[in-house]
This record gives sequence, C-alpha cells and structure tokens, in this order.
Amino acid sequence: MTTPVLEVRGASKHFSRRPTLAERILVAAGRAEPPPVVRAVEGVDLAIMRGEVLGLVGESGCGKSTLARLVSGIHAPTSGDVRFEGRPVAGLKGRERLDYLLAVQMIFQDPFASLDPRMRVHRIVGEALAVHKLVPPGDLDKAVDQALADVGLDTAYRDRFPHQFSGGQRQRIGIARALAVKPRVMVCDEPVAALDVSIQAQVVNLFMDLRERHALTYLFVSHNLGLVRLICDRVAIMYLGRIVESGPVAELFEKAAHPYTQALLEAIPRIHGRKREFEPVKGELPSPIAPPSGCAFHPRCPHANARCREERPLLREIASGRHAACHLLTPA
Amino acid sequence: MSEPILVVRGLRTVFHLANGAWAAVDGVDLEVDRGEVLGLVGESGSGKTVTGFSITGLVDPPGEVLAGEVRFAGEDLRAASPERMRQLRGDRIAMIFQDPLMTLNPVLTIGEQMAEAVLEHGTASAQAALAMAEEALGRVGISSARERLAQYPHEFSGGMRQRVAIATALLNKPDLIIADEPTTALDVTIQGQILFEMQKLARETGAAVIWITHDLAVVAELADHIAVMYAGRIVEGGTVAEVLDDPRHPYTRGLLDSVPDVGVRGTRLAQIDGMAPRLDARPAGCAFAPRCSRASDTCRTADPPESTEGHRRFRCHHPLVMEVVR
Repeated sequence: MTTPVLEVRGASKHFSRRPTLAERILVAAGRAEPPPVVRAVEGVDLAIMRGEVLGLVGESGCGKSTLARLVSGIHAPTSGDVRFEGRPVAGLKGRERLDYLLAVQMIFQDPFASLDPRMRVHRIVGEALAVHKLVPPGDLDKAVDQALADVGLDTAYRDRFPHQFSGGQRQRIGIARALAVKPRVMVCDEPVAALDVSIQAQVVNLFMDLRERHALTYLFVSHNLGLVRLICDRVAIMYLGRIVESGPVAELFEKAAHPYTQALLEAIPRIHGRKREFEPVKGELPSPIAPPSGCAFHPRCPHANARCREERPLLREIASGRHAACHLLTPA
Repeated sequence: MSEPILVVRGLRTVFHLANGAWAAVDGVDLEVDRGEVLGLVGESGSGKTVTGFSITGLVDPPGEVLAGEVRFAGEDLRAASPERMRQLRGDRIAMIFQDPLMTLNPVLTIGEQMAEAVLEHGTASAQAALAMAEEALGRVGISSARERLAQYPHEFSGGMRQRVAIATALLNKPDLIIADEPTTALDVTIQGQILFEMQKLARETGAAVIWITHDLAVVAELADHIAVMYAGRIVEGGTVAEVLDDPRHPYTRGLLDSVPDVGVRGTRLAQIDGMAPRLDARPAGCAFAPRCSRASDTCRTADPPESTEGHRRFRCHHPLVMEVVR
C-alpha cells in the first residue's frame, strides 16, 4: 500500500489560556478551576494521498482551520502524530524538518492580512528563497518572475506593494509565494471565501492548472460545498473537532450517510432551486469548551436516541472507502 | 392596481473624491410590492449597498444623492426632512446589516435596546415594550427569550446576534425591510434558519423585502424578483425564474456560470476575466464591455439603453437569446 503524503493519527489540539499567578495559586490550593480548555481538534485520523485533492468541510468553529495548521506544521498537536511521507514530523530535525516545512505550503483566507503591507511583491515572493538559500542570489529575480508568471501575474508588478492590488491579485501573490519554494502539498484554508464570485472562479481555475503543472497535492479547507464537489476527489466533514464522515466526493454527495452531512447538504441554497420553504436545522453549533455528551451532534439531530446521548460514536468504515461516525449506521 | 410600496426612479448617488465626483449609483430604477422579496445582486463595488443607503437617506458626505425619485407608500422620501426620515427608519422602514455587532450597542442589554426601538416610535409603556421585545425574540427562534433580554450582545453567538438584529428591525412591523448581506458572515445551517424566519415574516406581515447580496443561490431560493447590478447600474431585472433560467445580459450569464453547482467534476469553472472597473475609472459605453466576449465597437462607445421584454428589462447591445435549457 502506498504511504500517504501527509497523515494525522489520533491528533488533538487543545487551546487554553495561561493561568495568571493568582489563578495558579488558587488552582493549586483547590480553590478555583483551571482556565477552560478549547478542544479545537479531538482525536482526528486523516490521510492525504499523493496527487489527490482532499476537501475538509465544516462550519466555523469546527476545527478545520486548526487541523490545516496542524498538518502544515504551524501548530504542534497536543497529542497524536502528524506524519510527512511516513515519518513523524515531531522527530524531524535540521534539513529534514526544513524540507517538510517547505514542502507543505499554506494559502490563507484573507489576502489582505496575509501579505506584509510594507514589502514589495518581489520580496514577498522571494523571501523564503533568499532566507533558506534555495537559489543562488543571482537567480533570485528569475525565480520570482517565474513564480509570478506561474500564477498569471504580470512580472512588471514585481516592484509594487500589496495595497496596489485587488483581492484576487493579492491571493495570486500569496499563491506565488507558496509556489516559489516548490512545494509538494498546498494546504488552502478558505482560499476564495473572501473574493467576489467572478474572481473566485479565476482563482479556483488557477489552483487546478497548478495541480496539473506541478503535480501538487491539496488539502482544501472550505465551507463552500459546491466548490468542494467540483474540485475535490475526497472529502472529510468535521463537526466540533472531529471528523464525522469521509469518502469519495461523488458518493458522499450522492448519498450522505451522517445526519449532519445530510443537514449541511440540505441547507445549501442552490442556484437551480426556486422559491422554496426553508426547513432549518435546529439549534446552534455547540461550544468546543463544553461539547455535548455522546455524539456531539445529538442535540440537533432529528434521529438521536438514548445511545447517542451517552456513547460517542467512532468513525467506522461503512462501505469501501467511506467512513462515518454515527450509531444509526453501525448498530451495537 | 395599487402602487408598489417602494418606487425608485433614476436614482443617482455620487461620491465627491479628490479627483472628481463619481457615480456609485448611476440611474437606478426599482419597484417592490408588499409581501415581495427583491434580490439585489452584485459584486463588491457594484453600488448595491449605496442603493440601499440612498433609499433610506443614510448617505453621508462625501456621498450625495444627486438625482432621482424615491417614493415610499406614496411619500417622496427625497423631499422628506431629516426628522421625518428618522421617524420612518426603525418604524416603517427597517435596515439589517451584515455585521450585527455594528447595529447592536455593546453596553446596553438586548432588552434595553429592543425596548428603545419601540419607545422611540410609539406610545407603548416600558413594560409593554419589553413584552413586545420578548415576543419578537421568540418569533425569530430564540429560546428562553425572557432571560435573553437581560444579556449583552457579547453573550450571543453571531447567528443569534443577527437574529436579534432582525427581531429588532421587525418590532414595529415595518412595511419595508432592506437587508444588506445579512447572512454572508453566517454558517449555512444558521443561514438556513434566518432565511426561514425572513420568509415567514414577509409572508405573515406583508412586508416588502430588499435582500442585498452577492449570493445568487440565496436569491434563487428566497426572492420573487431579482435585479443584477454592475458598476452602478441595474444591468438586468425581472422575475427570478426569467432572469436565472434565461439571462439576457452576458454578465448575469457569467455570474451564473462561475457558481459551482451542478458542474461536472474536474471541469474548469467558466470564469469572467478581468475585474469590475473602479469607481473613478469606468469605461465609456457599456461598463462590462472590457470583460465581455460579445462586446463590439458599439459597446465600447455607446451606453446600452434599457430594453424591455414583458416585465423584464436589461441593458445590453447584444443580449443573449433563449439558449438550450440546461
């Protein structure tokens, strides 16, 4: 069996505020509770195979961005493993660690916040190349121009500042910066969510062109299910820190297994739909500080029973290549 | 036939900038009937928000409403005094914005600010105002409304805050609701809840709704009529079915094609090349011509006049004709 390019095994990421001195004393004395822990990602297993586009879908606060940051090495997991080409990244040192960090590049949602406003485009795109001495100094300009051309930006723009560009062009600069270091995996966190519809299509098409040109693997984080359906090979659905369903895009969209996935697909307005009666999913996304007992979706689920309230369902194979975490699908 | 609750004719709003006065809204005509939802669609900078602000008299310098007619329930709003406009807003006309944190006052409880909206425009007692607020919260699906009234905006999630903003807007049973991207910042399951409430309220109270958005799919499922804006103009308008099933304007077609919906997996999205012109750099002729595959010399020099076809209208020298229905 082939080794996944990137893999997380039982990975969790918890965030907590550092207690103040007074709080630490009170906690030690048993007079106060420690600060609350946000369980952003909880026990996630996920493998990204070479050359595939894996979609990661969920609503805000479900932990999808945190998971993206775990696989790209921006956050270290609280527990569990991230593996790059079969090797745990926690054990990588020196050259090997750098190789991993450069091979996995991230594209961010906000093209206004992710570029340094005081840097000219050629420095933004060439900075990593120069710092890590990836090209001889004499070839730096050429490498930058190559990356700009790759994303369809006029190389005459190399001396401009980010504020002189539109949102779509800025996103292209961010992509050029990632491409410059010749990555193998692109982790894209809502890369088109901040762009206008007509510009979104341009950037999505660029991603797909680059995939072919550079044999890239993508983790594509998005809440836009239409987009995920169009460009992804496989998709994983997250709810409150855990993956609740995963499988090939065509099959999952054809027949969603998990009640949450079904609700999500049902809630998306469709352009070919006409004046319809909306039937909303009840309730709110619960807090990752105090997740519900049992299945985290049970307070909103129309099919929940006593078992769902008590016992947390595990992610199990429900058909070849398809996984879901729901008691209704895997009877005791 | 009675007159629509809102009639806008030839609305023109300019912004006075250092390099001249530029029209953000450039001759807009709109009509909305009672109980009807109009989807006003456009990308950023198209003038859709400024249109909403112009109707409600909220355009501040350097912006200025220069020309046109805004008639609300027979009353000429452009001739109305600021005092009269203040009376109408929050009472007969309600606005809902994208970011409810901007609408809600962080240092007042939800109950205080909702009651204020009632007391400002009516003769109800404080007691009665709070009761109305409680009832309104219940209507938009907020449970334990009485306890919620004592809480502050920061104690609510984004979706809940937007529901509070909607409940507040609806307190005085307005005749016209102008909602500017009210669900854009929300998750789809929460958006579904809000759309459900809006639809129900429009139906039950007979309020007219202008739903300003960039999301064609929301309009497809929520609205009765649609108006597509580009560079300050309405380039196409009609019923949702007419316009979305069989668009006349190449920009509408382009927008529809760039939405990933039922496309074949792995195929490229049809894209509209280039980007919308800046306010101070709009081309002569049709503003969409530089991005349009059908553009001719006429388009680059002459402003396309408005053509009509039954109730629908469009501004294009080379409109698309009925194509094979997909």
